Amino acid sequence: MELKNYKNVWVFAEQRAGVITPVVLELLGEGRRLADEIGVKLCAILLGENIASLTDTLIEYGADIVYTADSPLLKNYTTEGYAKVISDVINEYMPEIVLYGATNIGRDLAPRIAARIGVGLTADCTKLEIDPEDKKLMQTRPAFGGNLMATIICPDTRPQMSTVRPGVMQKSQPEKGKNGQIVKLQVALADKDIRTIVREIVKSKKELVSLTDADVIVSGGRGLGSPEGFELLKKLADAMGGVVGASRAAVDSGWIDHSHQVGQTGTTVKPKIYVACGISGAIQHLAGMQNSDLIIAINKNERAPIFGVADYGLVGDLYEYIPLLIAAFEEDALCLKQE
Amino acid sequence: MKILVCAKQVPNTNEVKIDPVKGTLIREGVESILNPDDANALEAALTIKDHIEGTTVTVISMGPPQAKEMLNECLAMGADNAVLLSDRAFGGADTWATSNTIAAALRKIGDYDIIFAGRQAIDGDTAQVGPQIAERLDIPQITYVQDIKIDGRKVVVQRQLEDGYEVIEAQLPVMLTCIKELNNPRYMTVEGIYDAYASEIPVWGLADLPLDETKVGLKASPTKVFRSFTPAPKGKGVVWKGSPKELTGKLWEELKEKHII
Repeated sequence: MELKNYKNVWVFAEQRAGVITPVVLELLGEGRRLADEIGVKLCAILLGENIASLTDTLIEYGADIVYTADSPLLKNYTTEGYAKVISDVINEYMPEIVLYGATNIGRDLAPRIAARIGVGLTADCTKLEIDPEDKKLMQTRPAFGGNLMATIICPDTRPQMSTVRPGVMQKSQPEKGKNGQIVKLQVALADKDIRTIVREIVKSKKELVSLTDADVIVSGGRGLGSPEGFELLKKLADAMGGVVGASRAAVDSGWIDHSHQVGQTGTTVKPKIYVACGISGAIQHLAGMQNSDLIIAINKNERAPIFGVADYGLVGDLYEYIPLLIAAFEEDALCLKQE
Repeated sequence: MKILVCAKQVPNTNEVKIDPVKGTLIREGVESILNPDDANALEAALTIKDHIEGTTVTVISMGPPQAKEMLNECLAMGADNAVLLSDRAFGGADTWATSNTIAAALRKIGDYDIIFAGRQAIDGDTAQVGPQIAERLDIPQITYVQDIKIDGRKVVVQRQLEDGYEVIEAQLPVMLTCIKELNNPRYMTVEGIYDAYASEIPVWGLADLPLDETKVGLKASPTKVFRSFTPAPKGKGVVWKGSPKELTGKLWEELKEKHII
C-alpha cells in the first residue's frame, strides 16, 4: 500500500428517511479542521434515494466535494448495499481518512468495510488529532468502560478510519451559499448483493429526547428510589428549559427509557448545566457527562464520586433540594441566557 | 439447527481500578466474567435449542487458557460444545486480526445456520468483531438484535435503532449480534456445572487453523496503540453541607453572580 497516494478527508453522510443524522454535521466540523491541518479537501459521501436536496447542507457545513450514490436499492440502510458502494468508492478515490458517526448504523457499517478493504478501524473516538510530523491521524478513545483512554494509530494502512461518538465534536457555522463540487457516482449494485430485507422501520412512540442538543440536562439515578422521582425531575427540567437524563442504574431498574441514558453505553453530553440527582457517579456515567460546562450534583453520600467532577456539590436529600430549585427557577422565571 | 456462539471472557469493568502512578489497569482481584452481551447471545441460542429439536450450540472463544472457566460456565448454562482458541501468536490482536482468527475457526467447524455474538465486549466496546466475522465468512449480518423469530430457513429480527427499530428479514446462514433487551440469560444448573467440569474443552492454536502467523495477533493488526493514559480528572469543585434551603439560596446567588442564569 503506497500511503502517499491516499488523499483527502471523507465523512460518511448518514441520512435516514431523507434527513441528515445530526452527528454528520459534527463530523464535517471536525473533518474540516483535520483537512485544513493536513492541507487537503473535505469530502462527504452520501447514499440514498432522491438525496440531491441534501448536498447543499453538506457543503454549507464544510464539505468541498460531495459524492452521491442515488439508487432505489440504497433508499433504506442495509449493511451489504452500503458496504459495497462505499468500499468500491474508497478503493477508487483513495481517501486518507474516513469518519463515520458511531451510531447504530455507523457501528454496523464501518467494521464491515474495514474488514473488506483490509484496514484498521478505531471505534467511538472522542478526540482526533493530526501528528504534526507525518500528518497521520491520532485517534483517542475510551476503553475499559472509560477507565482508560487509548490513542490509536494505523501506521501502514490507508484510509485511516474512525467511528466518532455523537455529541463530542463541534459542528462548524454553516456558510450559506458556499460553493462545492458534486460528483454523482455510478451505482453498481444488484438485488442479489443485498441479502437482508428491511420490512419495516418503526419509530418509537415515546417522546424523543435530544440529549446531545440540550442546554440543560437534569439527570436521575438510583438515589431517586422510584420511577415517580423522574416526574419531579421533569418539573425541574421544564423550569430550567432542559430535558431529563438518567444513569444506567435508573434505566436498568426500568424507571425510565434507555433513550434517556447518559454515559459510556448511552449518550455523551456536554450541556451548559448538568444537574445530577441521586447519581453516585460510576466511571461509565462520568465518561458521558464530565465535559459539561457546569455540573451540579445532589447526593446523600458525601463520598460519592460524582462530587469529584461537580462544580457545585450539595450533600443531602434530593427530595428536599429539587422542590426548592424548581421554586427558585419558576419564581425567577428566568430562562438560560441566550448566546 | 447448528448454532455457533462467539463469546469473550472480560474483566468486570465496573471493578477495574487504575494505578494512578503508572496509569495502567490493575487486573489483580478483578473478577473475570462472561461478557454481558455474549450471555444474551448464548441465551438466544439456547432458546432456539429449547424449541427446535436437534439443535446443537457450540461456543467459541479466543483468549488466554483461563478463558476455559468462562466456557465451562457456558456449558453449564446448556451449550453442547465449546472450543477455545488460544495461542501466544494470537496475542495483541486488534479486531481485524481477532475476526480473522475466529472466522478461520468457524470455517473449520464448517456447518452453521446461525452465528450469534454479543453486540460488543465491555472491555473494548468496539462492536466490530461480529460484523467482521460475517464479512470474512461472506454471510449477512444483523446487529443490535432485540427480537428474533425463526420461520423455517428465514429469520425475522428487530434491530434496535436510537429512535425505534427496524424489522429485518434474512435467509440462513446469518450472523446476529445481540443486546441486553433481547432476553434474560438463564442461570447455570447444578447438573450442568457437574457435566461441564467433567468435559474437556478442546484448545486450538495457530497450527490447528488454516492461517499463517502473518494473519493473526499483533503483527496482523492494522491498528496500534500509540499510548494509553488515564482520563484527566476534572478539578474538584465545592461540596457544601448544610440546610437545603440555605444552600439552594447560596447556589442561586453563585449562578447569578457568574451569569450562568
